[in-house]
Amino acid sequence: MWSKSLLWPAVILLFLALPFVIDSNYYLSILIVIGLYTIIVQGLGILMGYAGQVSFGHAGFFGLGGYTVAILTTRFDWSPVFALIAAVILPGLIAAIIGRPTLKLRELYLALGTMGFGILIHTLFNEGRELTGGPSGISGIPYLSIGGLSFDSDIKFFYLVWAVVLLVLIGINNLIRSRVGRALRAISESEHAAETAGIDTGKLKLKAFIFSALLAGLAGGLYAFYITFISPSPFGFHTSVQFVLMAVVGGLGTFLGPLLGAALVVLLGELLRWVIPLVIPGAGGEYEIIFFGLILVFLMIFRPKGLGAFGKNLKPPAVKPSVAPE
Amino acid sequence: MLRIKGLDVYHGYVQAVRGLSMHVKEGELLAILGSNGAGKSSLLGTLAGLNKPAKGDILLKRKGDTPPSEECPQRMKGDTPPSEECPQRMKGDTPHLAETEECPQSYQAITGNSPEKMVRLGISLVPERREIFGSLNVLDNLMLGAYHRYRSDKAIIPSDIREVMEFFPALKDRENELAGTLSGGLQQMLAIGRALMARPKLLLLDEPSVGLAPLVVREIMSILAQLKNTGVTIMLVEQNTRAALKVADRALVMERGTITISGSSDELMSDVKVQQAYLGRARVQAAVAL
Repeated sequence: MWSKSLLWPAVILLFLALPFVIDSNYYLSILIVIGLYTIIVQGLGILMGYAGQVSFGHAGFFGLGGYTVAILTTRFDWSPVFALIAAVILPGLIAAIIGRPTLKLRELYLALGTMGFGILIHTLFNEGRELTGGPSGISGIPYLSIGGLSFDSDIKFFYLVWAVVLLVLIGINNLIRSRVGRALRAISESEHAAETAGIDTGKLKLKAFIFSALLAGLAGGLYAFYITFISPSPFGFHTSVQFVLMAVVGGLGTFLGPLLGAALVVLLGELLRWVIPLVIPGAGGEYEIIFFGLILVFLMIFRPKGLGAFGKNLKPPAVKPSVAPE
Repeated sequence: MLRIKGLDVYHGYVQAVRGLSMHVKEGELLAILGSNGAGKSSLLGTLAGLNKPAKGDILLKRKGDTPPSEECPQRMKGDTPPSEECPQRMKGDTPHLAETEECPQSYQAITGNSPEKMVRLGISLVPERREIFGSLNVLDNLMLGAYHRYRSDKAIIPSDIREVMEFFPALKDRENELAGTLSGGLQQMLAIGRALMARPKLLLLDEPSVGLAPLVVREIMSILAQLKNTGVTIMLVEQNTRAALKVADRALVMERGTITISGSSDELMSDVKVQQAYLGRARVQAAVAL
């Protein structure tokens, strides 16, 4: 029994020791990007896996977080901490405004509606030159500093990002076991039945949408502080599709799904970029996409519930039995 | 406790309910009978807020007993016979709206409310095919029934769960099991228990006998009779006419979206049309004649 209870702390400790083993900023930056994407996909996982909604516009919220930090710190001299808080709040506010009409749409129409939002935001990043710097973006974003501690190196940022990932993971784990989490699980099973049980499904779906936008904004803000430069290119429609892909491949409604999905998609992209030119000399980016697609198709055929389905066997930490109303 | 006047409900271009007017008395078990496509489930869905009516009024008696007033001195006294002050009251279906116009404080319009609002007002639906949450355990399913009461009744929800468990002892033994692993009968009990967790004034049941063995149907019907004795008003939509009439106080037959026959259960049991169309009497007689 004791070995099971120590499994999770041991895994976390081993992971936290990685920067001392990895002697490469490249690998460290990959781990940081995986962490940032995991934060976004965790929110998207709640929206898709529990509230049953799909969003092809989350790169827009990710970008809003990034641009909020960039604009507030470089143009208005806001302190990094307040800029990061604003980067979380602004996407949440916009999600609250667009969420009510958008979430009335269903299935394909909802996908198109959110896609339209993502494209609109991306266009604004490109065209709002005075504020966003247009396609050239904004440079000179300061490092994030909290109470005198400046996150000015990859190692520091690695620990910051993964501390946030861990906090979000624990928070979502608790949320799913709460009254609201039970209602979200009910909606994911049958919206109709959830309504007849007295659950305001529209309100709850909107809350899930806002929550996922807040997390995307947080990741965007951290991304801007990490790269210290921002431009529209990482926030296009392609990135939104990747987020959905990470959520699905990882496994909707699973504990480890978002992390595994983000890790697989990022690592596969990096691996193919390295392997393909060795196998097919002179091959361009299009070959990567073909192999990428093939691997994902096979994965979905043989593991349709996603990678995180195996994570269900590994019990997450601090499971609280739901024997009485909390 | 509930009055419906001139209700029209459409599903797309198909009219499911046509100008339906009826009432439900407090504490009664009212069976709605009829064949497939008669509009029974559409009526229940509309009362539960799942369908929006195109026309008509749904009026629900307000909470609590409003004290008698000079304008309507007999109001809220249940089955008191009609009087000069409030002459339209209790005279059946047609004058309902007129009655509520005379006594506007005793009823509230609930037409077109959302399902969540209907549950808050005390109308709970046990949907057709049960629709329990299979991936959640029995306790979680029951707690979801009290979702809207969490803030106001947090302290009494555990005792409500105990009460439901006492009503359905078979559920207590399996309270931590996933609802999807329960038998059809237990799932039906869980669906009823989940609806009861909302503390409804009016419980709507949509074909609770579907897909269940005859013995289980008998058990479910006996549970409904017990429930009625606790004071819950029940509207039961059922195709198993014989089983429904055995437990109901009153019944209505719906055809093509409107009520064609109504009366007490005994009256409907002996009604020739009902016997021929829904109790299989014609088939029996034909067989005997052969």
